[in-house]
Amino acid sequence: MTTQSGNAPAGTAVLADAAPGAQAGADGGAATPPPPRRAGGGRLRAAASAAAWSLVGLAVLVGLWLWAAADTPELPKPTDVLSTLGDLLGDPFYDRGPGDKGIGVQLLTSLQRVFTGFGLAALVGIPLGLLMGGSKRAWQAVNPVVQLLRPVSPLAWFPLGLVVLKDSPQAAVFVIFVTALWPTVLNTAAGAASVPDDQRNVAKVFRFGRFAYVRHVMVPHSLPSIVTGLRLSMGIAWMVIVAVEMLSGSTGIGSFVWNSYNGGDLSEVISAIVLIGGVGFALDMFFLWLLRLVGGKAATP
Amino acid sequence: MSDLVIKGLHKSFGGRRGVPPQHVLRDVDLTVRQGEFVSLIGHSGCGKSTLLGIVAGLQHADAGEVSLGGEPITRPGPDRAMVFQNYSLLPRLSLLANVREAARAARPDRPRALLDEAVERYLTAVGLWEQRNKLPHQVSGGMQQRTAVARAFAVGPRILLLDEPFGALDALTRARLQEQLLELWGTESTTETVLMVTHGIDEAILLADRIVVMGNPPGPSVVDTIDVVLPRPRDRVTVIDQPAYRGVQERLLTLLHADSGSAAPPPAALSVGPADRGRPRASPPAPGAGRRHVTRPAPLFVTLTSSLG
Repeated sequence: MTTQSGNAPAGTAVLADAAPGAQAGADGGAATPPPPRRAGGGRLRAAASAAAWSLVGLAVLVGLWLWAAADTPELPKPTDVLSTLGDLLGDPFYDRGPGDKGIGVQLLTSLQRVFTGFGLAALVGIPLGLLMGGSKRAWQAVNPVVQLLRPVSPLAWFPLGLVVLKDSPQAAVFVIFVTALWPTVLNTAAGAASVPDDQRNVAKVFRFGRFAYVRHVMVPHSLPSIVTGLRLSMGIAWMVIVAVEMLSGSTGIGSFVWNSYNGGDLSEVISAIVLIGGVGFALDMFFLWLLRLVGGKAATP
Repeated sequence: MSDLVIKGLHKSFGGRRGVPPQHVLRDVDLTVRQGEFVSLIGHSGCGKSTLLGIVAGLQHADAGEVSLGGEPITRPGPDRAMVFQNYSLLPRLSLLANVREAARAARPDRPRALLDEAVERYLTAVGLWEQRNKLPHQVSGGMQQRTAVARAFAVGPRILLLDEPFGALDALTRARLQEQLLELWGTESTTETVLMVTHGIDEAILLADRIVVMGNPPGPSVVDTIDVVLPRPRDRVTVIDQPAYRGVQERLLTLLHADSGSAAPPPAALSVGPADRGRPRASPPAPGAGRRHVTRPAPLFVTLTSSLG
């Protein structure tokens, strides 16, 4: 669910779904909603209370897990997973040839693919979004294409990538590129299109050229939207990479999950889930930090 | 001579899908001579800001001509610079960058050193050179508007267009800014002509050589033009005792009051100096009236003298 949006003084950072003219649809963004603010009370007490409540949430999850594991003997118990996790993290970076690599190597492989695809998507998506936001004609030309392709699961592009690139890791990067493109384009376009009339009039009266307008008005105003788009893109890309690598096989955290399942080691599968979650959380925190840095705000529930 | 000549100007909005068009400007004829300070005054919705927008080249008239120094105005140009009502600084540029980038963009033909010198001179003149590296949100509204004034002057326009420049400021800040404006206009700059839209009767009298009173539809756009024959420099404390001041003030009040009976609402509050206290307040605006300007504050005629005690 995409639950966050930015709201900067300079403008509004929008969800991929909330772009002007865009149809609503859940992409599955990386959402870490900050807790609701509480009035009064010391900061320390509030922090202690927050920690206690997050422990309660965790305890409920483990409780449900134990309950399910009692019925299904194949499901490993939390203690099994903890020991597997310890083993995996004990020697994360070994590399004994294809199909036998440490969990750290697998994660880094996946991260490298995600950042490559994501970076390419940003290189294409941000300028394209600025063009769409700045020109009605560009918007009219590109928006229908974006709206048509956006609802398609990025995995559907995998066969095309395989045929054209003739290399499954590269095809995986291509899938990530497609995944990360739409939220970046739409959020950038929405930000660029929402430059207030005041600022447009200033640019007109003082006869800003195209370059000066983009540099001093459009990009500064769109920054929070751009970062929000990047944050959504990264969240989805990190989810999609697991699925792509389950398809493409050989390396990466996704193929690790698939191989563990085929090897009958569900403990490893759950360990991988925990690690994937941790990395995704860290990535989202980074983009949240970046969003605040450019003056954007993540919405509180 | 670079006179601003406006002839037979018409402008209307709407007029589609059964909604009757709003004739905002109706046959406006106005000449602002070089070196003149002219104020446009009138109720919300009378088209004074639209007129300023057309002179700036931001809007286009339906009919009529506007020319500056004989050249027709069709788009914004460096011969005209504008100070907007709500400061309108670019929020992520420092005060210095706001002024500098505007000057460079408007005057690409001038050497940068010359422009930079003007930027420094005007920022210093408005007392903000020390604060030049701050962002707009880090300084007060008055400082933001002073930056906007410096920005307009730094372009070196022939005519300065002011759209209710001090409307959002408190009385003391407004008074200081009015004085700074007059000083810049009179001594510092090469800008000779000023066209200012205002809501304030006293502001108009204090600053202007001539006041153009604009009226609401369906009457004529330009109701009257009043010459302010008060010697400069005008001292805001003593000027109100001059008979000419009283005369202009009363004439303006009569005209604006008479007009408030028609389409536009009367001002929300009317306080017109010590002598007029006790006059009953005008009724609140009628719903829907002046709807094109819903975001703007209700017009307030506040005398500086009463605010300054």
